Amino acid sequence: MKSLSPYETPYYFILLIILLLPLILRLLEGKRSMWYQNLLTFFFLILSFGGNNKSQGIALIFYIVWQIALVSTFFWFNQKRGQLFFYSAVLLAILPLIIVKVTPLVTGGISFIGFLGISYLTFKSVQVVMEIHDGVIKEYKISYFLQFLLFFPTISSGPIDRYRRFVGDLENVPERFEYVGLLGKGIQMIFLGFLYKFILGYLLGKQLLPFVASAALAERGFSINLLFYMYVYSMYLFFDFAGYSLFAVGTSYLMGYATPVNFNKPFLSVNIKDFWNRWHMSLSFWFRDYVYMRLVFTLIKKKIFKSRVTASYAGYLGLFLLMGAWHGLTWYYLVYGLYHAGLIILTDRWTRFKRKHQAKIPSSRWTKFLAVGLTFHAVCLSFLIFSGFLDTFFKSLH
Amino acid sequence: MNEEVLTILEEITGTDEVKNNLDIDIFAENLLDSLGTIQLLVELEDHFQISIPVSEFDRKQWSTPRKIIQQLKDSQG
Repeated sequence: MKSLSPYETPYYFILLIILLLPLILRLLEGKRSMWYQNLLTFFFLILSFGGNNKSQGIALIFYIVWQIALVSTFFWFNQKRGQLFFYSAVLLAILPLIIVKVTPLVTGGISFIGFLGISYLTFKSVQVVMEIHDGVIKEYKISYFLQFLLFFPTISSGPIDRYRRFVGDLENVPERFEYVGLLGKGIQMIFLGFLYKFILGYLLGKQLLPFVASAALAERGFSINLLFYMYVYSMYLFFDFAGYSLFAVGTSYLMGYATPVNFNKPFLSVNIKDFWNRWHMSLSFWFRDYVYMRLVFTLIKKKIFKSRVTASYAGYLGLFLLMGAWHGLTWYYLVYGLYHAGLIILTDRWTRFKRKHQAKIPSSRWTKFLAVGLTFHAVCLSFLIFSGFLDTFFKSLH
Repeated sequence: MNEEVLTILEEITGTDEVKNNLDIDIFAENLLDSLGTIQLLVELEDHFQISIPVSEFDRKQWSTPRKIIQQLKDSQG
């Protein structure tokens, strides 16, 4: 049997809508059929991780057992264990992902413990460990954690939900009128997702991109075609991933869960900070809350740097390098991370300068227009790096 | 305590608006960013000997000077 990746084919959507119907009808009566939702989850997991993907499915089962054992142990014995216990738990939660990321560098092949969505499950698990440590997750149930990890609409590529938020939705079935609102929005999102992913994303990625790619390579040097590649790839990346995210959030809404959205008009950002509050939001907020904030807090508390602003720059560097490494251990992902760290530090310098000299710096519709244009190009350049096309491009020059 | 919290906020945000308007939304008005938030948590820890973990800090519940004071009173029990 051939397995089905989430939201990839019309067949998947037909199955999804038909099988969601009983759940939707119950929710319209203000009730949630939990056994049916669990059955659905099981079915869609088999669909994506069974058949010719069976080895991934087995990896997923082992991974889940590992995380449940780890997080449960951590929750039960967390009291008065100190920092070492906490750091070990975080490390053990990330360990499978580290192995999956490092294996290709060592053996040249992919790791047998990997599966589609492993990074996203790791983000969820680390989050829970940190919030248990902070004492904000006071109630922990294995069944809830399992529901949280395996929530099938978002399992392959997010958005990354928050445990406490998710459990709120799990425990409280939306009121009828509230659900009608969610249902309407969910359907709208799924249709917008079709436009984004299957029309715009397809035209850009499958039709236009190969065309500009070969045009750029044919020049055997820098040319305007490389610039076209940059624009096309950036647009493709947005419509493809925003489309996927709309499916994932829309499906969650149909099930009565208000999974957070991932995109908010990112190409209209006025600066890089603004951009990261609008692009792949659930990921950037995760990095903000669980990496940057904690790292900078510790750096300031322990007075590692004289200036707090320097501490925050170290935080940005840590955040974006980690984000780059997470994408993959290749030079272009790491450069992508460094580049964004540099951009955000530069933005911060500029904002501070602007605040001091407010009177002398013009501000109008036109400067805002300029800011949006500059940010857009800075971002597109980062996506060109991210695409890995430069790797092919430079190699083709030799 | 109120006065002390407001002074800390004034120093971090660099404006006395936080003293004049206790209901000003410090995030919507761009008075406090991520670094500002961390500074606030560090200062509050040092001044009141209480520990506020980063994940306790929900932007919605800490969005105005009045709410911040209330949160502190709650956590001091």
